[in-house]
Amino acid sequence: MTLRADDDGVTVHPREFPTNRGGLCQKGWTAADLLDHPDRLTTPLLRDPATGELRPASWDAALDRIVAGIRAVQDSAGRDAVAVFGGGGLTNEKAYALGKFARIGLRTRHIDYNGRFCMSSAAAAGMRAFGIDRGLPFPLADLGRADTLLLVGANPAETMPPLVRWLTEQRRSGGKLIVVDPRVTATARQADLHLQPLPGTDLAVANALLHIALTEGWVDHRYVAERTTGFEAVRREVAAWWPARAEQLSGVPVADLEATARALGTGGRVIILTARGAEQHAKGVDTVSAYVNLALALGLPGRVGSGYGCLTGQGNGQGGREHGQKADQLPGYRKIDDPVAREHVAGVWGVPAEDLPGPGVPAYQLLDSLGTPDGPRALLVFGSNPVVSAPRAARIERRLRDLDLLVVADLLLSETAALADVVLPTAQWAEEDGTMTNLEGRVLRRRALRPPPPHVRTDLAIISDLAARLAPDEAAASDAAARFPADPAVVFAELRRASAGGAADYAGITWARIDAADGVHWPCPSEDGPDTPRLFADRFATPDGRARFHPVDHRPAAEEVCATYPLHFTTGRVLAQYQSGTQTRRVAALRRAAPEAFVELHPDLAARLGIDDGDPVLVTSRRGELRAPARLSAGIRPDTVFAPFHWAGAARANSVTNDAVDPISGMPEFKICAVRVEKA
Amino acid sequence: MTTRIVIIGNGMAGARLAGELHAREGDRKVTVLGAEPHRAYNRIMLSTLLAGRIGEPDVELTEAAGHGIDLRTGVPVTAVDRPAREVRTADGERIPYDHLVLATGARAVVPPLPGLDPADLPRRVVPFRTLDDCRRIIAAADGARSALVLGGGLLGLEAARGLATRGLTTTVVHHTEHLMERQLDPAAGAVLAGTLAGLGVTVQLAVPATGVVADDTGVRLDLADGRSLRAGLLVLSCGVRPDTVLARAAGLTVRRGVVVDDRLRTDDRNISAIGDCAEHDDALTGLVAPAWAQARVLADVLTGTDPLARYRPRPVVTRLKAAGIDLAAMGDAVGGEPGEELTFTDPARGTYARLRIRDERLIGAILLGDNPAVGTVIQLFDRGHPVPADRRALLLGRALGATAAAPAASPALMPDAATVCQCNAVTKGALVRCWRSGARTVDAVVAATRAGTGCGGCRDAVGGIVDWLSEAESVEVTR
Repeated sequence: MTLRADDDGVTVHPREFPTNRGGLCQKGWTAADLLDHPDRLTTPLLRDPATGELRPASWDAALDRIVAGIRAVQDSAGRDAVAVFGGGGLTNEKAYALGKFARIGLRTRHIDYNGRFCMSSAAAAGMRAFGIDRGLPFPLADLGRADTLLLVGANPAETMPPLVRWLTEQRRSGGKLIVVDPRVTATARQADLHLQPLPGTDLAVANALLHIALTEGWVDHRYVAERTTGFEAVRREVAAWWPARAEQLSGVPVADLEATARALGTGGRVIILTARGAEQHAKGVDTVSAYVNLALALGLPGRVGSGYGCLTGQGNGQGGREHGQKADQLPGYRKIDDPVAREHVAGVWGVPAEDLPGPGVPAYQLLDSLGTPDGPRALLVFGSNPVVSAPRAARIERRLRDLDLLVVADLLLSETAALADVVLPTAQWAEEDGTMTNLEGRVLRRRALRPPPPHVRTDLAIISDLAARLAPDEAAASDAAARFPADPAVVFAELRRASAGGAADYAGITWARIDAADGVHWPCPSEDGPDTPRLFADRFATPDGRARFHPVDHRPAAEEVCATYPLHFTTGRVLAQYQSGTQTRRVAALRRAAPEAFVELHPDLAARLGIDDGDPVLVTSRRGELRAPARLSAGIRPDTVFAPFHWAGAARANSVTNDAVDPISGMPEFKICAVRVEKA
Repeated sequence: MTTRIVIIGNGMAGARLAGELHAREGDRKVTVLGAEPHRAYNRIMLSTLLAGRIGEPDVELTEAAGHGIDLRTGVPVTAVDRPAREVRTADGERIPYDHLVLATGARAVVPPLPGLDPADLPRRVVPFRTLDDCRRIIAAADGARSALVLGGGLLGLEAARGLATRGLTTTVVHHTEHLMERQLDPAAGAVLAGTLAGLGVTVQLAVPATGVVADDTGVRLDLADGRSLRAGLLVLSCGVRPDTVLARAAGLTVRRGVVVDDRLRTDDRNISAIGDCAEHDDALTGLVAPAWAQARVLADVLTGTDPLARYRPRPVVTRLKAAGIDLAAMGDAVGGEPGEELTFTDPARGTYARLRIRDERLIGAILLGDNPAVGTVIQLFDRGHPVPADRRALLLGRALGATAAAPAASPALMPDAATVCQCNAVTKGALVRCWRSGARTVDAVVAATRAGTGCGGCRDAVGGIVDWLSEAESVEVTR
């Protein structure tokens, strides 16, 4: 989009761009509404020890308090007692700087980010199959030309409306759209075929689809032989998933499974996409692997116009997971336990490799350890609101309260910021330069329209200030300030060097090149060389160049329904709200469109429970409860209830969700747990 | 001390148990003794193999390996020595156990007909049970033009369908009045026979066979009504009988199958039985789902993962799904017990549905042909969940409800409060007000209201409303 500032403030203007083709939903149109919003934080806040209230303070006072708090914790409990929590909305420059600040500024191993709750399962499955994790290994425009498009647990009509333009184009050109979702979503309504499985059974559905493809002869055996390894084990695993077995488990009729497999197996250009519905499970990685296996068996990845991809959840959901915010990662999508990667990055940072800490722990494990005897005692949060967004949120709220020091940098007083000892007001997106990377691996520019208000600083400036103040003396302080520049252009130049040679190689990407070309796709190792809109044409990013199959089997949800908690509970988004709602709940137009939380349930279930449309209902799990009005919908299974996760307080969906996590990705099981529902 | 578990049988039950044990923590040695020489395979896929659609490697299953699992195929067991706690194999080896699991399965029944010696069947007469049977059928079918199948139960029909797919003219001979009489009512049986006819499978009903004459070129099946049918081969599908030879010889309690309790234990606490050879609560299983459920329970008990785990049989769903046939049968769809009954018949398209409901729960159903709610019906039956208030949903599935409201035929009929653009929350009223305040083109209305600027899906609707406003001289707008 393009922004213009005039006497009436900042206005948004759509921009014709290859990704969204000029489309904006209401969130985009109103994105500037928060720039001059009365709730905006315009000064640091410090908690008054006497009254316990947050009070406005100077930057000096706020930063001094943080530095004193960090030093006290480090002195008493060591460097790993200070932790950092980032966000998938931060620019590449900020994500990079935050990871660097944690590793060589604070020298803690404890950094992770909210993308763990978003992209981690798809990322892990992509890494183990392809050796690389880029949401789409092909341009988004390919969706519009697909003969068959399978969306698994994705609802872009509500979560990413401009993307639906590609779906419309796809169907207008005669393509077939198939949606897998336990609810009849706005996206499912547009589908030619909608599979409505019981939550938590997507993996079995995928294995049954591959079983059918095998028995019908649709497997591309030549591709399998030439471009992959490990198919035998997968073939034996899916032999146990004959369609009738998957039908009984998932409720998806065999005929629909067969129709889906046929459309995938006999189409020319075929794309399979997963999103959070399939991924936010304690078996999220295996579920994605099941769909990757299917795509590989059909010979899709690397074939022009076909492939597997995942839809990204946050503004910088792709770039945010590439440059070191993750507990086990260094810039360029390198592994922190890889000696070669450590040498390279330490060289760019000007420190000995042995000074770099080892891997930390994934987000939920980190949050759940806060304030405990072995866990961190201080936490710095940038661009995230775990009080609303973490699973089993009431417990995480208690953990945050147990900290010696909680610092939150945000533009609004989020529910997490409200618990903080120090709140730092940050610049908004229209007030800073930088880059973001979209789901296509396309690096995009963000340009500042105006400077931040007085007394508001950018995240980069905050990191730079903190690094300098944490230094033991004047000389070290000036050295630290140089090491953590506040200028995003300088940071990006360093990010390029740090990422050079890594999987996500930005070395050849410059801001000027991005401006000239509607974005640049990584990997792009050389300024003179080409970028990479399409991956996998000749080889995969594995040592032998072949994609790897992984045999995966269905397993039950971490928490199954029982007599006391007889219903499945699942969560998701609504069109007019975003993430923890800190921003969108404050935009008047969005509040009008989606004023409050709700609990969606089937009219039959509601009738049995004596609940009418609009009645207040209480949803209870073993971990907590949620109160919101009932919204009756025939589009949800009668054994399942749904609530959006954008609201806080009594309507907080994550009070109810399960904190079981995927053993590989650390992804929490947001999408299924067992609940009881009653009239409140 | 390491627990030594010996499993006799590497079929669907035995191999599954090995996998379940493999997946659980603990230190133990598991020896699996399979009489057949093959890897574990999926018996359910044999009819697809018979149809020639897949190869033998495609029916192989994942085998537990390593981690204390010793899998030995082609090793028949000849005896169980309970006092010594040993099993003896055909080649004389003695294998000690702490716990023994019988997963010996079942054997095909060879009907007592003149011309059929179970110990020495003619080459062109083959039961349909094992992978080797399947190989023999395929060998006999090679070059043959026609086939007979004796027995019109589930497996017989799967075999017939497979043979027809290979291009053989296939006839099913069944002794009772209609096919699959244990699962279907006469009406469903008739619809099914019609469906099979369309697929090249002829059905001869209510005719017992009286004898078989076979040589190297063909088979003749004599019927009680005096007719004789000739074909290149005869497939026997006359049911199975639990393989209880070892259990009987070892003195365990055997009725139709090896009798086990809720923990799958025989009357020897060191011996269990699962799968087709086991009889639990007076019932044989005969299907994969209960065998796998038993394997899970037994693994929980034996490993101590859940010592209180108990096998609770679940209602059985019979499913026949092959190209052109879609049949699901469950529970008591026919019985005389009181209850609601839903039926739907469309003979022209071979669709038949009969569902019985009591106390808001399905007690039985037969669904044949294109029944879009079949997945829902199976889940409701399997889980005992209440049925929909509007019973039509059980017959019509997603065709009923849950779809978007049809767009109003004319914008005039659309209420002002109706949302036209979901992405930007623009109502019809807002579009009308915009037009009245001076916007006269679609682009102008879009620019002012942002309707159609998100997913773009409502562009046509916005255009329609602008056209309608332009054509109407005067439009009443509710404010």
